[in-house]
Formats: sequence, structure tokens, C-alpha cells
Amino acid sequence: MSPAPKINWFRFASPQSFYPLAGRLWTVFALLAAGFAVAGLWVSFFVAPVDAQQGQGYRIIFVHVPAAWMAMFLYVVMAGWAAVGLVFNLRLASMMASAIAPTGALFAVLSLWTGALWGKPMWGAWWVWDARLTSTLILFFLYLGFLALQAAIDDPRRADRAGALIALVGVVNVPIIYFSVKWWNTLHQGASVSVGSSPSMANSMLWGMLLMVMACWMYAAAAGLSRVRSIILERERHADWVKNAVAQSW
Amino acid sequence: MGGYAFYVWGSFGVTAAALAVEAMLLRARRRHAVRQAALPEESMP
Repeated sequence: MSPAPKINWFRFASPQSFYPLAGRLWTVFALLAAGFAVAGLWVSFFVAPVDAQQGQGYRIIFVHVPAAWMAMFLYVVMAGWAAVGLVFNLRLASMMASAIAPTGALFAVLSLWTGALWGKPMWGAWWVWDARLTSTLILFFLYLGFLALQAAIDDPRRADRAGALIALVGVVNVPIIYFSVKWWNTLHQGASVSVGSSPSMANSMLWGMLLMVMACWMYAAAAGLSRVRSIILERERHADWVKNAVAQSW
Repeated sequence: MGGYAFYVWGSFGVTAAALAVEAMLLRARRRHAVRQAALPEESMP
């Protein structure tokens, strides 16, 4: 049997060829993030009307919902890359998981923070131990567990494998967060936007929120790609191509 | 902001600050990684 032809799409699975691609991509995503943020903030503060029940206070939705969505979404993406790295023994996939984790943890903190600042005026409490809030706190601890476990293991590939396991075990928490407002009685309001039903909010509010979600999405992509470049340099620093790349770019 | 200024600006302000800090940390990590990779092999950690 003749050897299988070399498949081209796996070229970017090697850190060496992904490094320059990530360098071009992260600037594109950063510019898109800035553009979406300007548009989203403009709609959030100048176009979207005042809420009938919550007055101006509801505008926290434009930062709270994107942060909470990103915290959940990034966890799934991180676990996905970690799984690919584990199953196919692919260094770059594991590096992507490590690169996403800090940004995901940051968005988890921001969703809890903005949620507290929204809860206080509307519910009268910064924090309640209900299902949605508690499961989001657990999400934050899962990010911390992933980061701490990876930091505690010196050998990067062993750290990748251990981190992948905690990421995959923890992914069960994401649907729990998502459905918590349906499964349990809670102070937290139900979803304003969901698949299969028309959104229960004014059009301009919805657009403001979606623009802000896009801004956060693009920001997270830019941050992850920028961080993975540093991780590649750190881990592959003994390789010749890194020495050449650094000598040229500095 | 109809009495909600503290809560609204507290949310948006802290989010903006956090993302700005992360961007600074990313830049610092990049600088450190490049400097380390540029070291001669024998003095590299």
C-alpha cells in the first residue's frame, strides 16, 4: 500500500505554522471587537429605550448577559480543545485550551460581579444561593481548578492531560447553569432570548445585546490567540524556528 | 441614570477595566516570552 497523501489542512495543527497565522488573526479580531463594542455601547446607551419596570438600571443587561454567555461558551470551547489535545495527542489543541482558560475565568468573574450589581437594586441582595448563581460560581471555581492544576505540574504535556480531565468533568456544569432557571425556582429571571421563541424584549434592546455579545466574542478570540502565541514561544523556545521568528520580529 | 448610576457604571467600568488589565498582562507575557526565547540556549531556563 502506498503511503497516504499528506493532508494539507492539518498544517495549522503544528505550532510553527499556526504561530504566524494567529499573529495575523488576533489583530483582525481585536479590530472587530473594538468596532462591535463602539456600536454596541452606542445602542446600549443612546438607542435602547428605558425599561418600563427597571428604569435605567436594566442597562446592566448589555454587559451582564454577554459576560455570562462568554463564561459558559468559553468553557465549552476550552473543554473541546482540551479533549482534542487529549484524544489526538495534539500539542497545539492543548495550548489553545490553556490560552482560553484565563479569559473564561475573567468573564465568569465579570458575570458574577455585574450580576451582583444588578441584583442589589432589583432584588435587594448582592448575592443569593440560588441555582443560577451558585452554578456560575462553580463554573468560576472549575476555571480556577484548571488553571491551578496546570500551574502545579511542571511537565507541560502532563499538565495538559490533567487539565483536560478536569475541563471535561466540569463541562457537565454548563447545561446545569443554562437550564437552572427552568429546573429550579429562582430569583433569577428566565431567558430573554432562546432558540425557538421570539425574544421577550424590544428590538433595539436585543440588538444592543447581540452587538455586545459579538464584541465580547471577538475580544475573547483576540485574547486567546494572542495568549496562545506567547504559550507557543514559551513551550517551543528550544526550537530553531522560534529563534528565527523572534530574531526577525523583535 | 435614574438613581442606578452606581450600579450601571460599576458594571461597565469594572468590565472595561478588567479587559484593559488583561490586555496589559497579555502584552507583558508576550514581551517576557520573546525575551526568554531570544536568550542563548545555554542560559535559557
